[in-house]
Amino acid sequence: MTGRHHHKVRDSVAAALDGLESGMTVMVGGFGLCGNAEALIRGVIDKGVKDLTLVSNNAGNLGKGLATWLRADVVKKVICSYLGTNEDLHSRMASGAIAVEVTPQGTLAERMRAAGAGIPAFFTPTGVGTVVEQGKEKRTIDGREYLLERALPADFALIRARTVDTFGNLRFYRTARNFSPIMATAARTTVVEADRLVDVGAIDPDDVHLSGLYVHRVVHVPEHEDPFEYKTSRKRPEGK
Amino acid sequence: MAYSKEDMARRAAAEIPAGAIVNLGIGLPTLCADYLPEGHAFLHSENGLLGMGPFPFEGEEDPQLINAGKQTVTVLPGGSTFDSAQSFAMIRGGHVDLAILGAMQVSARGDLANWAVPGGKIMGIGGAMDLASGCRRVIAVMQHATKDGEHKLVATCTYPLTAARVVSRVITELGVFDPTADGCFKVIELAPGVDRETVAKLTGAPLV
Repeated sequence: MTGRHHHKVRDSVAAALDGLESGMTVMVGGFGLCGNAEALIRGVIDKGVKDLTLVSNNAGNLGKGLATWLRADVVKKVICSYLGTNEDLHSRMASGAIAVEVTPQGTLAERMRAAGAGIPAFFTPTGVGTVVEQGKEKRTIDGREYLLERALPADFALIRARTVDTFGNLRFYRTARNFSPIMATAARTTVVEADRLVDVGAIDPDDVHLSGLYVHRVVHVPEHEDPFEYKTSRKRPEGK
Repeated sequence: MAYSKEDMARRAAAEIPAGAIVNLGIGLPTLCADYLPEGHAFLHSENGLLGMGPFPFEGEEDPQLINAGKQTVTVLPGGSTFDSAQSFAMIRGGHVDLAILGAMQVSARGDLANWAVPGGKIMGIGGAMDLASGCRRVIAVMQHATKDGEHKLVATCTYPLTAARVVSRVITELGVFDPTADGCFKVIELAPGVDRETVAKLTGAPLV
C-alpha cells in the first residue's frame, strides 16, 4: 500500500485531472474570476466529462472562468452563493438545464470547512427567519435560534496557489485565496495549479498557508490571464 | 433639501467609531470610505481582506486584489488577507463591529430585506445574510421610498428577508430613523428642509 503523498507533481493538466469523471462533485476556487485555476478549468472541458455538480461561489462571469463550463454543458447542478450578472447561469437556470442551489456565502464556506474537519453538521444563526431555513432543523440554544447546516464534501477540488512546493505546501496571493484552502480540505482529491513550483524547504514552515497534507496533485502553470471583472481606479494626484 | 447620495454616505460614515472594524456593502455604502479620516477605521471585505484601502491608481490595478463587489482595491499597511471560512467566522463570531448595508425594505422592527425582489431575477445571497445576522451593529442606507412613492420603510417586509430584527438605524435622503421594538420608526433627525409630514407620508409605519 502506498500513501497518497508520494510524487505529487504532474507534468500535464490532463495527468493532474486523472480520475475526474462525469457525475462527480467538484469544488473550484475563486471569488468570481479572482483566483481561478484557469488551466484546470480548461482541462475539465477538454476531458469531455458531463453532469458535474459544481461547488463555487459564483460559477464564473462575463463568459469567463467557470462560465465556460456552463457553455460547454459540463455541469448539471451548481451550488453557489451569488449569480450576479452571470448570464450564462441565469439563462440555464431559467430553462431548467442547470439546477442551482443558492447558499449564504458564510454558510457555504463553513459547510466546506466542516467537511474537511470531520464535522457532519453545525448550527448557524445565518438564514434564520428567511427562505434559507426551509426544510432545515431549527434549534434554540441559549435563547437564540439557529439552523442546522450539513457539511459539504467533494470528490475533487481544483484550486490555484501562488507558490507551491513539491509536497504541496502552499501560499496564496492577496484575495485570490478566498475559498481555495477550505475546498482543499473538503475534497477527496485536491489538485493545485501552481503559479510557481519550488523545492521542499523553499517555503519556511511558518509561512505555509495550507499544509501539503491537503494537497494530492500539483501542476505548474506559470502563465495566467487573470481577467478583471470590474477594473476600478482613481487618478493619481499631480506630482505623486 | 433632502440629502444627496454623498450626504447620506457622509452621514453614515459619521456612525463609524474610531478604531472600528467595518464592512461596507456594495453600492452606496461603499462611498462611506471617502468620508473617513485616514486610519480612523479598518474596512473588512468578506472575500478575505481586512485593512482595505481606496481604489488603486490608474495602471496599478491588480486583478487578484479585489473587494466583495469584485472591484479592484488596495490594501493598507497593517492589512491582512485570509480565507472565506475565516472571513465569515469574523462576521458570524461578532468580531466585525458594524455593517453598513444597502436595503430594499426595512421594517419598523428592524427586519432587513436586501437580497431579492419578488418575481425578479435571483441574483443570489452572497454575504448579505451572514453580514446582517452576524455583525454587532447593522445600519441600512437606502432611498426612503421607490420612485413611484411606494414605501420601503414598512411595518412588515413583503420582500424576502435577509435577517430579522437586525437593523438599528436607517439613513435615507430624508433623514435618520431608528426601528424600535414596538414597531415604530423613531425620528433621530430630518434632512435640512424636510418636514415630518412628508416623511410620515412616505413611511409605511408610525413615526415617533
